[in-house]
Amino acid sequence: MTGPLLEVKDLTKTFGGIRAVDGLSFAVAPGAITGIIGPNGAGKTTVFNLVTGVYRPDAGSIDFEGRSLLGIRPDQIVGAGIARTFQNIRLFNRRTCLENVLTPLLQKAPYSVPAALLRTPGVRRMDRELREKSRFLLAEMGLEKLADVQASALPYGLQRKLEIARALAMEPRLLLLDEPAAGMNPEESRALSALIEEIRERFNQTILLIEHHMDVVMRVCSHIVVMNFGALLAEGPPEKVRTDEKVLQAYLGKEYRNA
Amino acid sequence: MNYVLSIVTLAGINMIAVLGLSIFTGFTGLFSFGHAALVGIGAYASAILTYYYFVPFPIALVAGMAASALVSLVIGIPTLRARLRSDYFAIAILGFGEALRVILENLEITNGARGLPGIEPFTTLPIVAGCLAVSVWVASNFLRSRYGAACIAVREDPVAAEMAGINLFRTRLLSLVVSAAFCGLSGGLLAHFLSFIQPVMFTLVQSTALLAAVIAGGMGSITGPLIASFIFIAMPEALRVAQMWRLVAYGLVLVLIMLFRPQGLMGYQELTTFFRRSRNDRPAA
Repeated sequence: MTGPLLEVKDLTKTFGGIRAVDGLSFAVAPGAITGIIGPNGAGKTTVFNLVTGVYRPDAGSIDFEGRSLLGIRPDQIVGAGIARTFQNIRLFNRRTCLENVLTPLLQKAPYSVPAALLRTPGVRRMDRELREKSRFLLAEMGLEKLADVQASALPYGLQRKLEIARALAMEPRLLLLDEPAAGMNPEESRALSALIEEIRERFNQTILLIEHHMDVVMRVCSHIVVMNFGALLAEGPPEKVRTDEKVLQAYLGKEYRNA
Repeated sequence: MNYVLSIVTLAGINMIAVLGLSIFTGFTGLFSFGHAALVGIGAYASAILTYYYFVPFPIALVAGMAASALVSLVIGIPTLRARLRSDYFAIAILGFGEALRVILENLEITNGARGLPGIEPFTTLPIVAGCLAVSVWVASNFLRSRYGAACIAVREDPVAAEMAGINLFRTRLLSLVVSAAFCGLSGGLLAHFLSFIQPVMFTLVQSTALLAAVIAGGMGSITGPLIASFIFIAMPEALRVAQMWRLVAYGLVLVLIMLFRPQGLMGYQELTTFFRRSRNDRPAA
């Protein structure tokens, strides 16, 4: 494919009198890691919610692999190849780590309700295979020893990793990460940057991420979209964005220039 | 039939209905104030078949299950559509339960409010035990499958469930239909055990009793609600000597469970997991 993987055009969403997203356009190139940054309330998470169908846009278009995502349900958008994590972690808390990853994997198992009720040998075999696959994905995230631990019992950083593992279980072609480094110390966020780059390599992923940790963003992203008050403020490679006068003023701060 | 055995049989019949509601409320996280009406559909459908048409008992039971499942589909399709909120269903089925009573009271084939007497007492303890065993097996198969995983995901977090590729509407509807089939089976067994049914047996009071067993037993557990259901049926009988005080005891037990185990008797656990606990309960690293 030569065109962009995801293309957002003139996207607008209002809540009452607030224009959360205001005529936003940007594109995500296949294979790249693209970052969305901007002050709190700039509308970054709203963009994710619009792309994944949680909200319906008031105007504009969202195309994934050349097809429109407008008017289809979130589970269909996931099926089309977009998976995401959440800013305020949303795991299946009372299930184990293994079950959290297994749940999306199971949804692609092609057995019928009667077969499930009788638990036929075919169902058993498929469930066993998917369990193995879940263990593999947990191992990729370094969570294999915690497979039988309840998700809510994990420390914060590991919950984020588990959420990424669950999203990868959807076998997406575009992975949306909403503040993956939130609440992490500098050392942890460095490790996370490495993990994100590794995911891109290993799973051949295109990644779009929202992040406030500039060290993470500047290190992993090849393209950055800066939002302010719902609209596009600037866009470009990290070197360009970090010296952009408007970006420094609205978000990064003057001190950042010297950092 | 021996008095104690008949109580055990009745408890077994009730446990099948509680099992059904547990799938819907305990595992899928939706409330229902009308599952007794689904028991009633199964009871009347199967009783009418054996009473007027001399249909063999097993076929009548299956027909009762199908009738309940079908009716639940009719209520579920318009009410479970709302993407995130599903409170509409609880109210709709409450209304349906009350409407059903009025319908049953005014139909000729159901013999109105006087009820249907003289149904052949086909239901025996071994039959109930067999049905209960098969029901528990089928229910646990369902819950372990992709469909059960989807139900639990919807209960835990509907938004995250959608992002795991789960269709909220289809999952909730399937959970309802499966739970209705169990309730229908329970109703068919009940009608052919008591050999008499009447519309007031299937109203809000009974729906609340089913819900109480699920919540007291533990949401998200199969064994918990079954134990609670057995206690709630057996205890009033055991306390018959105390006359009307037994109703106070019933209330007291409910209050005590909610005070000391608000997650229910079994919480989100199964009886079997207590034996495996030491292995799985290692703290997170």
